[in-house]
Amino acid sequence: MSVTTGFGTVGRHVRSLARAFTTPLLPDDVLGTLNPLWSRRAPRAKVVAVRRETADTTTLFLRPGAPYAAHLPGQYAGIGLQIDGIWHWRTYSLTSRPGDPVLQVTVTAVPGGEVSGRLAHHTPVGAVVGIAPAEGEFTSPGGKPLFVTAGSGITPVMGMLRSADPADLRHAVLVHVDRTPAEVVFGPELRELAARTGLRLIEHHTALHGRPTPELLDELVPDRPAREVLACGPAGLLDALTDAWPDVRVERFAPKRAAHMDGTGGTITLSASGVVAEAGPDVPVLVAAEAAGALMPSGCRMGICHTCVGKLTAGAVRDLQTGECHDAADQPGRPVRTCVSAPTGDVTLDL
Amino acid sequence: MSVTALERPSAAAHLTDEQVEALGAELDAIREEVVASRGERDARYIHAVIRAQRSLEFGGRGILLFAKFPPAWIAGTAALSVAKILENMELGHNILHGQWDWMRDPKIHSTTWDWDHADPAEFWKRSHNYEHHTFTNVRGKDRDLGYTVMRITPEQEWKPSDLIQPLTNVGLSLIFEYGIAMYDMETDKIRSGEKPWSEAKPEVMRTLKKIGKQAAKDYVLFPLLSGPNFVANLTANFTANIVRNVWSHAVIFCGHFPDGTETFEEERLDGETRGQWYIRQMLGSANLTGSKAMHLMTGNLSHQIEHHLFPDLPSNRYSEIAPKVRDICRRYGLPYNAGPLPKQYAKVWKKIIRLAFPGGHERYGSPTPVKKRVTKLGRRSAPARLAA
Repeated sequence: MSVTTGFGTVGRHVRSLARAFTTPLLPDDVLGTLNPLWSRRAPRAKVVAVRRETADTTTLFLRPGAPYAAHLPGQYAGIGLQIDGIWHWRTYSLTSRPGDPVLQVTVTAVPGGEVSGRLAHHTPVGAVVGIAPAEGEFTSPGGKPLFVTAGSGITPVMGMLRSADPADLRHAVLVHVDRTPAEVVFGPELRELAARTGLRLIEHHTALHGRPTPELLDELVPDRPAREVLACGPAGLLDALTDAWPDVRVERFAPKRAAHMDGTGGTITLSASGVVAEAGPDVPVLVAAEAAGALMPSGCRMGICHTCVGKLTAGAVRDLQTGECHDAADQPGRPVRTCVSAPTGDVTLDL
Repeated sequence: MSVTALERPSAAAHLTDEQVEALGAELDAIREEVVASRGERDARYIHAVIRAQRSLEFGGRGILLFAKFPPAWIAGTAALSVAKILENMELGHNILHGQWDWMRDPKIHSTTWDWDHADPAEFWKRSHNYEHHTFTNVRGKDRDLGYTVMRITPEQEWKPSDLIQPLTNVGLSLIFEYGIAMYDMETDKIRSGEKPWSEAKPEVMRTLKKIGKQAAKDYVLFPLLSGPNFVANLTANFTANIVRNVWSHAVIFCGHFPDGTETFEEERLDGETRGQWYIRQMLGSANLTGSKAMHLMTGNLSHQIEHHLFPDLPSNRYSEIAPKVRDICRRYGLPYNAGPLPKQYAKVWKKIIRLAFPGGHERYGSPTPVKKRVTKLGRRSAPARLAA
């Protein structure tokens, strides 16, 4: 037996013994009660510094309480914030380098965005936020890259540029689109990086030159077809690029959502039991699923007892009592009461 | 079997259908107001209770490492008793109702929470949240009426074995958490063969496993940790469990069984409207009066009426809406059954003792008029009216 497995076994025994002392709680629950930062099962991070990047963009420096697995440059992390008692989770690109003890996320306040506004403008040093493991497929390129970014779309690319070997940046091109030079997030740092490494930085300011087209970009970067193109920005730009260049890799901040069409209903898929059911816009998921032969947990069937709760993994449902819409895109796995929720489009539940 | 009508109208018999629905709309409005205003303050409340409960529990257990020293035994047992009561009532019962699901906190959620109780949370939610709260005080549907081991309304047919029910109740009070666990496994149906062993076995095994873990913690691990204080630590933990059992039993029995709480015929459920449902909840429940501390220690089940109207609203809001509910009862001429714990508990005891013997209709009979032939009514089939 190797030393490591020996320690692993001892660790397991210690953990299960500790668990026997705290049952039905986990030792982690007790630690998290003493200090939220000590929890590993509900990881939290402390805001240790805040840097204002532009008028509406702020970088938060986060020290995770539990060890944080190194991310890949370009990936994003879920950041959780309790607003009016309710947990909200949003994802933001990590702009720090993998393995840095202090993580950085750069948040642009979206007009009307409750969470982004709170994070960008009203999150003081010392605040504790929830943090989820890094995810995402939009990671550093293998070949000679062309980055096309617009607005806060620079953030995942900034993570890649900061992590890259400076020698490699000599072959890279970055076209960044923003309204004016002053509004460019990381503007001074990008210009300095270009001067230092030979990164070709092309700033395109829409206040002067309008929105860029794929044709214009091809003129600016003639060897574009030989490059790996990574793009991040508003939907309009990304749609134009994917139409023109099939191989472009894109990162969208606002997911392409199925429109919430009232008066349509949709197909309900129960992933655990494999049942598929059709339901109108005012038919509760529970009723439709049962009609399709599913064995559903159910109780009062009037929204009170919470026996019928299932996790919503995709799509959106409307709460028939309040008219409120619950979207899996806002909170994957969010529990919904199937007896008072109707589908608005196609939905998937873990039931 | 035909039965004669009992000429005593329900306390809500004077209300017209329109009034019943108007009352329902008023209660819906109270609910909506609370739902719309849930927020930061409520979240802070539940987090504070969780912190206080865990501090008391582990503080108490820390003190009990020196349980041989009598003041430590007393202080530690008191802290642990309070902690266990809070854990079961203000936390476990209410979180398992989904009262805090709106916070979207996976650590404080009805689907993830487990409690320091012999009964696995899943079984509790089935029997309590669904059966009891949906069919409150409907004879033959709400098994909480006497918990299948006692005759709690005179309509339940008397059997000679009911003679010992005062003793049964003392026993149940002492072992309440195990009683609830047995009840939720439906041991009565297992014995009668109504529930096949193949179906019951996994539930029984899960419950036994849970009981094993709870017992190992209180009666083996913490006593061992306290070394030479083993025996004193064990008796302290045992005492705290008994205190919790006796207290929660008293509070829960005061919720539906004092005089004046009505029980209902199964037929009432046919086409029951929202307003009628509300009225059944109000007439079937009774409140306890007392201080803030008292409400906290009952898990706000002292506001049983409000809890039964709105089982999934946060418990800290019940005391705030109680005056409005009381006012509605006054305006619609409905009783609002409330009294201090000793008084209500004494009423419950008198009833249990009286109903140990046949009859009891004159004093405790349900005021619901019985018109139809009554079919099977669960444990004790028909409401044979022996005297009226």
